[in-house]
Amino acid sequence: MLSAILVMILLGVVLGAILGYASIKFKVEGNPMVKKVGAVLPQTQCGQCGYAGCGPYAEAVARGEAAPNLCVPGGDAVAKNLADLLGVEFQPVGGGEGAGPKPRQVAFIDENNCIGCTACIKACPVDAIVGASKLMHTVLPDRCTGCELCVPACPVDCISMVPLEESIANWKWRYPVIEIKKAA
Amino acid sequence: MLHKFHGGVHPPEHKAESNSLPIGAAPLPRRLVVPLRQHIGAPARPVVEVGDRVLKGQMIGAADGFVSAAVHAPTSGIVSAVDLHAVPHPSGLPDLCITIDADGEERWIERQPLDYLAADRDAVRARLRDFGVVGLGGAVFPTSIKLDPGALRIGTLVLNGAECEPWITSDDRLMRERAAEIVEGVKIMAHLVQPERVLIGIEDNKPEAVTAMRAACSGTNFEVVAVPAQYPGGGEKQLIQVLTGKEVPSGGRPANIGVLCANAGTAYTVHRAVNHGEPVISRIVTVTGNVEKPQNFEVLIGTPLSEMVQLAGGAKAGTSHYIVGGPMMGFDLNNLAVPVAKAVNCVIAASPALFPPKPAAVPCIRCGQCAEVCPASLQPMELFWFSQSRNFDKARAYNLFDCIECGCCSYVCPSHIPLVSYYRFAKSEIAAQEREKKAAEQAKARFEFKQLREEREKAEKAARFAEKAAAAKAAAGEGDDPAAAAKKAAIQAAVERAKAKKAEAAAQAGQCDVTPIAAVETPAESLSPCPLPPTGEGDLESLRDGSLNTTEPP
Repeated sequence: MLSAILVMILLGVVLGAILGYASIKFKVEGNPMVKKVGAVLPQTQCGQCGYAGCGPYAEAVARGEAAPNLCVPGGDAVAKNLADLLGVEFQPVGGGEGAGPKPRQVAFIDENNCIGCTACIKACPVDAIVGASKLMHTVLPDRCTGCELCVPACPVDCISMVPLEESIANWKWRYPVIEIKKAA
Repeated sequence: MLHKFHGGVHPPEHKAESNSLPIGAAPLPRRLVVPLRQHIGAPARPVVEVGDRVLKGQMIGAADGFVSAAVHAPTSGIVSAVDLHAVPHPSGLPDLCITIDADGEERWIERQPLDYLAADRDAVRARLRDFGVVGLGGAVFPTSIKLDPGALRIGTLVLNGAECEPWITSDDRLMRERAAEIVEGVKIMAHLVQPERVLIGIEDNKPEAVTAMRAACSGTNFEVVAVPAQYPGGGEKQLIQVLTGKEVPSGGRPANIGVLCANAGTAYTVHRAVNHGEPVISRIVTVTGNVEKPQNFEVLIGTPLSEMVQLAGGAKAGTSHYIVGGPMMGFDLNNLAVPVAKAVNCVIAASPALFPPKPAAVPCIRCGQCAEVCPASLQPMELFWFSQSRNFDKARAYNLFDCIECGCCSYVCPSHIPLVSYYRFAKSEIAAQEREKKAAEQAKARFEFKQLREEREKAEKAARFAEKAAAAKAAAGEGDDPAAAAKKAAIQAAVERAKAKKAEAAAQAGQCDVTPIAAVETPAESLSPCPLPPTGEGDLESLRDGSLNTTEPP
């Protein structure tokens, strides 16, 4: 009887120690889901989902507080990937009207009208605008994510969004279509 | 002993049309358009300006980045434009080109041969890079990088003279007429990678080329091997398998199995660049198909394709379009104003008689013929299925990227499905997704860094403020300090001045004369009597000064 109790206590202590050690040694920092959701998001940091960037939105989605179909730049493709990741049913972005990913745009500063106020530089989440106070600003098109956050920030409305033009560097082969012959 | 690769087809060769005449010389065109993107990797960076006088062989675009190669002026003349021009590309999109108006003098730069045996190997590679030497077999990969296997040991150097694609005979003619020079180029390549053996693979439908190359190789340990003609036996991986029996692993390069493969035309340009100091400014191009006199021509890079078709006697009646490259792997072209680039080995005038339009595609019947002929041992019907349904992950899992786009599957498909078009579509979509993913990662890193920086700045600002406040407290304890008194007086004076200005401004309200100083002190008040719209000059001034204030330390 006594030996049985001792064995059980010993067992409990040993296993408890192992578990305690494991919980310290193999501690998972943060929610691993956040990283997975973040990898699916386009990281434009535009805030169109209602959260202050892709990171907070990823956290909200991982916690189950936000719907997975709020990412406007990602469109239905991202919403579908997120729904697959979370194991929920896919809902199209923007309440059922079916939004494809927006065509890629980049901000463009009309340098003749720029007054050098640095308001857009502060608004840009990815530091894609260079310039200094009272000096002309310009957008680095390779770094611009097209989030449009700089557009309302500009006091003289000199920023416009221009669609990224197709060039040989970003050209893609088209989906093969079989031409229907004209009826004679 | 020769080996076999999986699959392959035997399309009609159509080589006799153009391989009987010697390589023709082309007259100097009046105007040459040299694309800056003639190789895989980063396009060359232009180093000349409009109006510059250039010599034949002068570098006009410098290699930009690691995977890149230079481009050169094909003749002497004046740079008349550096702008977008139509280029030979399946997209039909324009690209940055340098246009040179020929002066007809053909004045060369000073040509300096390089003694490659005495020179450092890296110096030889640098010469190849600066002389624009790229793989002329079609992939146009910079040769300087290819000939630098690093830690990988190269046991076999393969010279590719197979030229398996129908209609094309440019390598055939080059090997027949300039075998000795090709062999000189191979010697340079062999010096750079130090292989144990050198194999020269030529398809057995080119007996004259085999004989010429054998004669040129006498006295060397290079071995010329006639390989059975079968499309796509000139594919790098296929030729290596036939010659060595070794298969390049999925996703790998030939260097991974100790083999390096280069095209015969490339070897020729290596020789010209190293032993003669001549950069790549011309190449041999087959002009064939529905033209009067099909022939090979040595043409300057930048020559318009229309002039080349004229060289071959012009297109015959019934020509519907043109094909750049061969009929199996080439692409259609509607615009003959495009120039010859380093990758252009053949121009075919196509007519419905020579290339009858394919019947409309019908559904796949899963006959499996495509899998039987696939030289990469893939399952084309599955790849088609996944590409068609945009199931890119699955297509990738079925090794879509091992597809060499040879077109054997499309050639045999009884349902006439344009299979390769589907694979090209899927490949470029996947590549675009990868690019976007990379951009997203970069954006995330930049965003996180910006947040970090903003927090740090905030903390620094707070620390500075606290320091100042402490200093002020200490100063107050010491009593009236002369500096502080002076500052106070200055502020008082500024306020008085502003008041006076404001009164003046109110008096002149009709003229709306708002001075910048007033705008700084009391922007809202100074603007209120002003009938200007909010984007007026006064507003701008206040904004500018407002922004200045925010950047000043508190």
